[in-house]
Amino acid sequence: MTISTPADDSMPPVIELTNVTREFQVGSQVVRALDGISLTIQHGEMVAITGPSGSGKSTLMNTIGCLDTPTSGSFFLNGNDVSGLSDDQLAEIRSRQLGFVFQSYNLLPRETALANVELPLKYSGGFGGRRRRETARRALDRVGLGHRYDHKPVQLSGGEQQRVGIARALVTNTDLILADEPTGNLDTKSSSEVMKMLQSLNDEDGKTIVIVTHDPEIAGATKRIVTFRDGRIIEDRPSDRILQRGQTGSQKLEIE
Amino acid sequence: MGFGLLFATALGSLGSNKLRASLTLLGIVIGVSSVIAMMAVGRGAQVSVTARISELGTELITVRPGAQALRFAFFGGGGSSDVLSFSDALALEDDVFAPDVRFVAPENSFSGTATVGRENTFLNGVGITAEYLEARNLEIALGRNISNADVLNSSLVVVLGSETSESLFGQRDPVGAIMKIQGREFTVIGVLESQQGTIFNPDNSLLVPITTTHYRLNNGGGPIESMPVSSINVLARDEKAVDDARTEISTVLRLRHKLGPDDEDDFSITTQQDTIETLEGTQGTFVILLGSIAGISLLVGGIGVMNIMLVSVTERTREIGIRRAVGAKRRDILLQFVTEAVLMTFAGGVLGVAAGWAIAYFGDGATIAGDVIETVIETNIAFLALGVSVAVGLFFGIYPAIRAASLDPIEALRHE
Repeated sequence: MTISTPADDSMPPVIELTNVTREFQVGSQVVRALDGISLTIQHGEMVAITGPSGSGKSTLMNTIGCLDTPTSGSFFLNGNDVSGLSDDQLAEIRSRQLGFVFQSYNLLPRETALANVELPLKYSGGFGGRRRRETARRALDRVGLGHRYDHKPVQLSGGEQQRVGIARALVTNTDLILADEPTGNLDTKSSSEVMKMLQSLNDEDGKTIVIVTHDPEIAGATKRIVTFRDGRIIEDRPSDRILQRGQTGSQKLEIE
Repeated sequence: MGFGLLFATALGSLGSNKLRASLTLLGIVIGVSSVIAMMAVGRGAQVSVTARISELGTELITVRPGAQALRFAFFGGGGSSDVLSFSDALALEDDVFAPDVRFVAPENSFSGTATVGRENTFLNGVGITAEYLEARNLEIALGRNISNADVLNSSLVVVLGSETSESLFGQRDPVGAIMKIQGREFTVIGVLESQQGTIFNPDNSLLVPITTTHYRLNNGGGPIESMPVSSINVLARDEKAVDDARTEISTVLRLRHKLGPDDEDDFSITTQQDTIETLEGTQGTFVILLGSIAGISLLVGGIGVMNIMLVSVTERTREIGIRRAVGAKRRDILLQFVTEAVLMTFAGGVLGVAAGWAIAYFGDGATIAGDVIETVIETNIAFLALGVSVAVGLFFGIYPAIRAASLDPIEALRHE
C-alpha cells in the first residue's frame, strides 16, 4: 500500500470529465442519463455522489469505472483519454487503475476470501501464484480480515464480506476505489465499520475514493458531496465534516 | 490469464457441480466408447476375413462363367449361361498355352436333400475332382478323398464336411455308411477336417465326384467334355505367377470360346487378391457405417455439452459480470468457458477410450448369435477418438462461450 501522497499540481487529476453525455435508446425514445457532466476529482479526494434514483449517478459510476463509454464528451483517467479505447483496453484499465466495491459485495460464492481477493491479479497478469497469494493476504490484512483467509463468503458476516470486497479493490494497488452503495445491504454497525475502513484508506493510504450513495449520513462521512438530478450535477460542495474542520469554503452550484 | 490458471479455474467450476459435469461427461464417454468398440469389431471382422481368404492360398484363381461384376460373382455364384465346360477346365492345364498354371480343379455346385435313416436334411454340395482338396487347402480327417476313378465312373460316393457328418451321423464314424442324396444311395468314403471358419466353410457341405453331380443328380447328358461346370479353381505355379496365369487363362478361354477382339469375356477371373480387395472394401464400408452410427451418439453427447454450457452461462451471468468488472477481457471469459467444455469432452474421451478398449478387449472371442466376435483395437483410432472428443468440446463449447464473452458487464452485474 502506498503512503499518503498529497495531491500536487504536477499530477493530473484522477478523474476529469468534460461535458460528458450518455444516451440510451429505450424503445423509440432516447434517454439522456448523463447530460453534459463536467467533474474533476483530484488525488486523495473522498467524494460522495448522491441523488435520487435515475438521476444518472450509476451511469456516471459505470463511466468512471470504464464499464461504459460516454456518447459524447471527454473522459481522462489519470491524465489518459479513455473515451475512445477498445473493450480490451478498458478491461486492462479496470484491472490496473481502479477497484470496484459493490452494494451486494459480488464475491464469487464458491471461492474463499483469499481467492476472491486474488481474482483481479489473475487477470492483470505478471504475478506468480505465490506472490499473488502474498499480495492478496496483505490486502486482507489491511482490512482486518487476516484471520479469515480461507472462509467462503457464506461463512462471513455482511460487513466482513464487504471488507473482502474492499480488499479485492485494493489488491492491485490502484489509486482509485469506486464504491456503489457500499453500505446498502448492511446494518448500522457494519456500515460504520465499512465507512471507517474507507475513510482510513483515504486518510492513511491516500486512496482516491468515490462513493455512490442515497444515504446522507454516508455522504456526510466523505469530504465532498456531488448531487445529481436528471443527469446533471445540481450541487458540488464540501461535506459538513470538512466544513466543521474549516478546511475549504463552500461552493454551491445553482441550476435553474 | 495463463493456461495453468485457466485450467485451474475451469476445473474449479466443473468441480462445483460434480453431478452435472459427470452426467454431461457420460454422454461423451458413451459416444467415444461405442466408436472405439464398433471400430474394433469392424476391423476385427475385416482382419479375420482377410486372414481366412489368405489361408486358402494366394495362388488360387477362380474362373466363373458369365461376365459378371466381381461382387455378384462372389456372392451370387455363377450365372445361368453354361459357357464353362469340363473341357475348358482341362484345356487350362496346358504347358504351352498356360505354363503358369499348376493344376485345375473344376467344380459343380448343387443342392439337394440328404437322407440318413428317416431324417431328411437340405444341403449344399459340390461336385469335384480329386484336385479340389489341394486347391482349397482342405484335408481329409477320416477315410479317403474322391479319386479320379470315382470321377470317371460317376461313382455314388460322398465325402462329408465335419459338421455335416456330425449332424447326419452324430459321433459315429460314417465311413462306409450308406446315405441318400436326392433319393440315390451313396457310400460315405471320407470326412473333411474341420475348418472353423465362416468364409468358404466346407464344414456344412458335402463333396461328390463332379460327374456324379451332372449325370446322376442333375440328370444331365452328353459327353464328359461338354459337361458344364459352375466354376474352375486354378492354382498358379506360385504367388508371383498369378497375374501371368490370369492372362493365360483369359487367352485360352477366349480362343476356345471363339471371341473376337471386340467381344467381351464371357467368363470372369477372380484372384484371391481381388477377393480380398473387394471384401476389404465392403468391410471398410461396414466399418465406416458402424463408426458413423457410434459417431451419432458422440454428436448427441456434444449437444449435451452445449446444452449444459448454455445453462451454465445463464446461471453464472453474475460471475461473468464480476470477472469482467475486475479486469477480465472478453477473451478471458471465452477461454474459460471453452476450456470447461473441452475439459469435459477430453475427460469423457479418455474415459470413453478406456471403456471402449475394455469392451473390445473382453469382447474378443465372445460368441454372439453363434458368430465368434473378433476385435482389433487400433491405437490410431483411439487417438483419433480423443482428438474428435476435443474437437466436439471446441465445436459445441464455442457458441456458449461466445455468448458468455459478449455479455455486457453492466447488465451481467445486475443479473440476479
